[in-house]
This record gives sequence, C-alpha cells and structure tokens, in this order.
Amino acid sequence: MNERVLRTALPALLLVVVIVAWDAVVRLFAIPAYVLPSPGLVFGALIEDRALLFHSLLVTLGLTFEGFALAAVGGIVLAMAFNQWRLVEYSFYPYAVILQVTPVVAIAPLLLIYLPQHLAVLACAWIVAFFPVLANTTLGLSSVDHNLIALFDLYKASRWQVLVRLKLPAALPQILAGLRIAGGLSLIGAVVAEIAAGSAGAGSGLAYRIAESGYRLNIPRMFAALLLLSLAGVAIFLVLSALSHLMLRRWHESELRPDN
Amino acid sequence: MAPPNHLNSIVSLRDVGKTFDNGVLALAGLSLDVRAGEFVSLLGPSGCGKSTALRIVAGLSAPTHGAIEWPQGRATKSATGEIGFVFQEPTLMPWASVARNVELPLSLAGTAPADARDAVATALAHVGLSDFASSYPRELSGGMKMRVSIARALVTEPQLLLMDEPFAALDEITRFKLNNDLLSVWQTLRRTVIFVTHSVFESVYLSQRIVVMTPRPGRVFAEIAIPVPYPRDERFRTSVDYAGYCRQVAEALAAAMEQGS
Repeated sequence: MNERVLRTALPALLLVVVIVAWDAVVRLFAIPAYVLPSPGLVFGALIEDRALLFHSLLVTLGLTFEGFALAAVGGIVLAMAFNQWRLVEYSFYPYAVILQVTPVVAIAPLLLIYLPQHLAVLACAWIVAFFPVLANTTLGLSSVDHNLIALFDLYKASRWQVLVRLKLPAALPQILAGLRIAGGLSLIGAVVAEIAAGSAGAGSGLAYRIAESGYRLNIPRMFAALLLLSLAGVAIFLVLSALSHLMLRRWHESELRPDN
Repeated sequence: MAPPNHLNSIVSLRDVGKTFDNGVLALAGLSLDVRAGEFVSLLGPSGCGKSTALRIVAGLSAPTHGAIEWPQGRATKSATGEIGFVFQEPTLMPWASVARNVELPLSLAGTAPADARDAVATALAHVGLSDFASSYPRELSGGMKMRVSIARALVTEPQLLLMDEPFAALDEITRFKLNNDLLSVWQTLRRTVIFVTHSVFESVYLSQRIVVMTPRPGRVFAEIAIPVPYPRDERFRTSVDYAGYCRQVAEALAAAMEQGS
C-alpha cells in the first residue's frame, strides 16, 4: 500500500474503531442518553433536527465568514500601513498585541453589553482572527530580498510600485499562512461570543444550539451540533489550504515536491 | 582641469570614499575612469569594497567622500534604464514568469506590456532563453536564472552594465559558458561593462582592463591592460598569453593584499 492510501485509510479505520467502541461502551454499561448518547442517537438527531441545525450552521458560517473577511482586510491593510509608516506601527502594534493576548472569552461579555449581539459576535471573531493576519503580513512585507528592493530602487520605482509589485507578492505565502490560521480562529471567535451570549442571547447559531441543548439536556443534539462545528472548521481549513495551493503552486518552495 | 582622457569616459570616480554607518571604512580615495564601450573588471579580495564601488556608481549607495562624474551628461545617471545591474544572485521575482521578470524595468517605467514585448524578446534572445519566456524561475537551473538576470539588465538597452560577481556561485562549466555568452553579447551591443570579480582567471579572460584593488579600505592598486583582441574563445583560455596575464594579475593582487594588511 502506498503512502497516500495509508494517509486516508488509517484515520478512517480509526474513526470506525472509535465509533464501534463508543457504541459498545454505551450498550455495555447502559449509559443513559442524557449522559452519553450512542453514535446512532447522535446521527438520528442530525437527521431529525436537520432543518434547525442546518439553519444554525449557516448563521454561524455567515458570522465566521464576515469576521474572517474583516480580519483579512483589516490585518492586511494595517500591516501595509505599518510597513509604509513606521510611526503607525510604533503607535498601534502594542495595542494589537494586547488585544491578541487578552482571552476573547473575557472580552465577549463586555462586548455583548455595548454592542448588538450580531456585532458583538462579529467583533469577537475579528479580534481573534485579525492578529495572525497582521503578524504574518508584517513579517512577509519586511522580509523581501534586499537585492530586489535595490533593483526596484535602481529603476526608480515609486513606493506604491514597491508595495504592490514587490512586497505584496513576496509576502503572499505568509499572508496565506496567516489567513489559514485566521479561518479557524474566526470560527472559534464566533462560537465563544455565542456561548458567552448564552441563554440571554437571541442568536440562532450552532454554539447557541449547543448551549440551549445543554440546558434542555438534549445531549444527542448537542453532539450533532458539535459535529457540525468541527466539520465546518475542517471545511474552512481545507478551502483556505486549497486557495493557498492554487496561488502558490507555480512558484513557492512550500509547494515544491521533492521529486521535482 | 580634466585630462583629455575624461572626455572619453562614461563615468569617472573622483577620490571616492565610503564609510558605513557602523564606522567601517569600505573605500578610500578610489579614482577610476571608465571609457565608453569598455569592458573593465574590478578585481580584489572579498570585502575590498568593490561591490560598494559598484553600488555607488549605480546610485544605490551614496559616497561619503569624493564624487561620481558623468562626462557625457547627467542623463546617464538620472534617466532610468541607462544603467543595468546584475547582482551576485539572480535576484528574480519567483512569482513571475521569465518574461515578466525581464519586462520589469520597462513596466516600472510605465511601458505597456504590448510595447515591451519586442524588447523582452530581444533581450531573451541575447541570452539564448527565447524558449523559456513562460517558465518560472524555480524551473530553471542556476546558470539559466543568471541569464534571465542579464536579460533583465539588458532590456532597457543601458549604456552601462554593472555586474557584481554574477557568476561566482556557478559551477565552472556553466561559468565558462556564461563568460563566452557575455562576451558575445558585449561584442554585439558594445555597451560599457564594469565587472566585479574575485577571480583572476575570469577577469583576464573577459576584460580589456583590470583594476586591482587593495583590501579594506579599497582603492586602486594597479591597472593592467589585457590587449588581446576579441572574439576570445576557449583557445585563449589555454594559451601561453593567457597564463602570462594571469600570472601578472595574480602577482599584482598578491602585492595589493600585502599592502592592505
């Protein structure tokens, strides 16, 4: 069996083993569904509540995407500003770090006081997601081959030309790496904010469903919602990885196969 | 004041000195005339300031002492595209095709791609890479990347071509091939070339004149003419004449090192 088959077959096999074991444990010890539902019950909840859960998934994905888009634009634009004007970097960078190191779970309740819930969730998604974009883009923009800078200088390139024709393309691998991290984080930010809003919230996203199902002891639905959240996270990661691959495959080292 | 020699020169360095911000004295009292159409090499050990001198001529670095003069007019310095520069590394944009890399100096100056096409094709033809216009740098060998770099420097049809140890990182077979190709381009186009190298053999093979520099701070130690007619080919490389010049230059270099230490 070759490497590739093993890479797909082994995790799949493990999944089957875990599900079978899970089911066996639930049956063997007669664990009640409100403690640990069997895989069958979770799957049943997924089918039965599909309309509700699918709607919630769309809500969460929508918020995640909005937060991600704002984080991507905000992070890249801020990094460009840092790169062009050192004083802007000196002024803002410490606060970007503070925003990043303060746990979003702790900020979310405050945001929920001051902002409408939709905006608060969006703000949380943005706060956790923008920093990796900012940090990666800043690194990428400032690590351009100095000889290429000299070359642009020799041909009297404007600052704008240096930024758009040289620094941004050179930083693309780092920017994409930042976006890949930001995708997962914006989902986490959205979920954290929804959980923080909890029962008081008027939200209908997946995290809200999880909180709500918890209060109602509807554990199978809780698992089903959790499963959807994980799948959404994986999907976001895969989409961003594919995007990165498409944009870099012709030139970047990270896409280079050893046999090339 | 100016001796008649100046009238012919395309660029003159007058008592040029360079002290870096960290206090290192790279160049001191470097004076040099480069005649239009000439192939001149700056030869010296690593760290003798020859690359610094080249960057000063290119306007990439400002001298802290002395002056650069352009007897045939300021245009040579201020107009973009009048100077081509080839770095020690190919210094290509990895995200752009060969053609886009070569086109860069023109497109930075605002030339539309359609108008640049002929110039790019000509430049690529000069270095024998016409078939690789749509390749990406990572698909090319080290020698081919360096050819792209040379094509890019030629695309604006510069009066002055500055080359900073361009072949130092290549294997000997590739280097010999590129030496020959560079000479044939030079003979075709008749541009002025200032070629920085630390190889005695390479400088003798290529140059009409070799400027031997002392180690830090760099200044001119000796100028040696190589009055061998072009075209020069591999037979020249194995000739007695060649060996003689190499010995003469190597001795000058050794004496320059002695003086510098």
